[in-house]
Amino acid sequence: MSEGLLGSEWFRLILGLLIVLAFSQLNALFLVWLERKVAGHLQLRPGPMEVGPHGLLQTIADGVKLVGKELILPFKADRKLFFLAPVMVFMPVLVGFLVLPFSRGLIIRDMNVGVLLVFAFSTITVLAILTGGWASNNKYALLGAVRSVAQNVAYEIPLLLAVLSVVLVVHSLSFAKIVEYQKTVWFIFLQPLAGLIYLIAATAETNRAPFDIPEAESELVAGFHTEYSGMGFGLFFLAEYTNMFIVCAVATSLFFGGWNGLFGISLGIPGVFWFLLKTYFLIFVIMWVRWTFPRVRFDQLMNFSWKVMIPLSLANIVITAIVVKII
Amino acid sequence: MEKKVREPGAPVVQFALLDDILNLARANSLWPMTFGLACCAIEMMAAGASRFDLDRIGAGVFRPSPRQSDVMIVAGTIAKKMAPVIQMLWDQMPNPKWCIAMGNCSISGGPFAYEEQYAIVPGAHLIVPVDIVIPGCPPRPEALIQGLLALEDKITKGEGRNLLRRFKRVSGGVN
Repeated sequence: MSEGLLGSEWFRLILGLLIVLAFSQLNALFLVWLERKVAGHLQLRPGPMEVGPHGLLQTIADGVKLVGKELILPFKADRKLFFLAPVMVFMPVLVGFLVLPFSRGLIIRDMNVGVLLVFAFSTITVLAILTGGWASNNKYALLGAVRSVAQNVAYEIPLLLAVLSVVLVVHSLSFAKIVEYQKTVWFIFLQPLAGLIYLIAATAETNRAPFDIPEAESELVAGFHTEYSGMGFGLFFLAEYTNMFIVCAVATSLFFGGWNGLFGISLGIPGVFWFLLKTYFLIFVIMWVRWTFPRVRFDQLMNFSWKVMIPLSLANIVITAIVVKII
Repeated sequence: MEKKVREPGAPVVQFALLDDILNLARANSLWPMTFGLACCAIEMMAAGASRFDLDRIGAGVFRPSPRQSDVMIVAGTIAKKMAPVIQMLWDQMPNPKWCIAMGNCSISGGPFAYEEQYAIVPGAHLIVPVDIVIPGCPPRPEALIQGLLALEDKITKGEGRNLLRRFKRVSGGVN
């Protein structure tokens, strides 16, 4: 015990876990409120207003209510899988926080395969959605889950190819090195196509409108979480918003310079503020898109991925490779 | 000596303070079910849209699945064929749940209730337990909002106990 309790590895791990848990919950509470406010203002109405100042306590009331609701287990549902799915959907999102570079030195673990880790774990979310849809033993839930899998398989490929073109330039899968590389010029200027493809695919990956066909209300009652009541639904909801934060944080560090200011001008603002500012701006853009565009049809969605996004991202990666080789 | 009858769905052991907090949360986040039967549903949609905006009082999250909704607004005429569906939807909602009968049709059958009629159920109370009735044919969105506020007061047992709400109603508060 030469270093004492504070310096030990276990202390760091537990502290990191606590901070991540608290941050992800607070972040989700804030994002749900923000979503309703953005939706309201885009539709010329105020949104939540009366529960707390400007409705700030609205999501807390919603959360307490969801905890107090009855948990229904459908008659023919698979008991174990039905309750496992909401837990499974929330765990991989937490792992993503392990490698997010909030600022220089403010990373829980700077792994040399950080980018790979985030995307590998975010794929488990799809498995959890499929589990939930299957275990509900409900035709709408199953259809929603199957759609989610088809959509995620289609959009994972352009997403990873877009990320790969950044990795090719930096020669590293570590978030810290990728952010360090963008000290003067962000990757969105060097790789605009990859950045755009990443943002579109990330919207589809988090099942957000206009790609929210797994939970399309007009066709499948509520999609994969049709049979979930109370906190089971609440966890799916929390996971969606935390996932959105992760996706936008990854976009920030891969394409928008992470903790760096624009063109190397940081204005003396600490890196973590730059990082959060850019991340929340991207989240706002995703919400903006959700409340502006109508939901796409399933065939349009698939065609767009396989016929447009994948060829474009493949071409992008080949050109990137050639340019990197020449320079 | 009066024997106290436990309401269906109410917990056996009760905690006063916890119940108050839970009721406060429940009253301020009443998620209605996306479900309409006739012209009253049009007024319900208007109440959710930009001019009236149910989301101001936290009741604007229309959930498509009965598993996630708290209040069923029976908005419109209940045809005999529709009655079993409404009952099933009510049974699928998790406790605690509330029901609002909106409009004359769902209160008493309205203009369709006459002797020897064979097509409609005259009143939602015949198939589901109704908490609040909102008269009108159809009621205006303001009336629906008043009904929802009355339901909130019913849940918190009095308007004065709804600590989260930032306004007091001029009249008509249930205290």
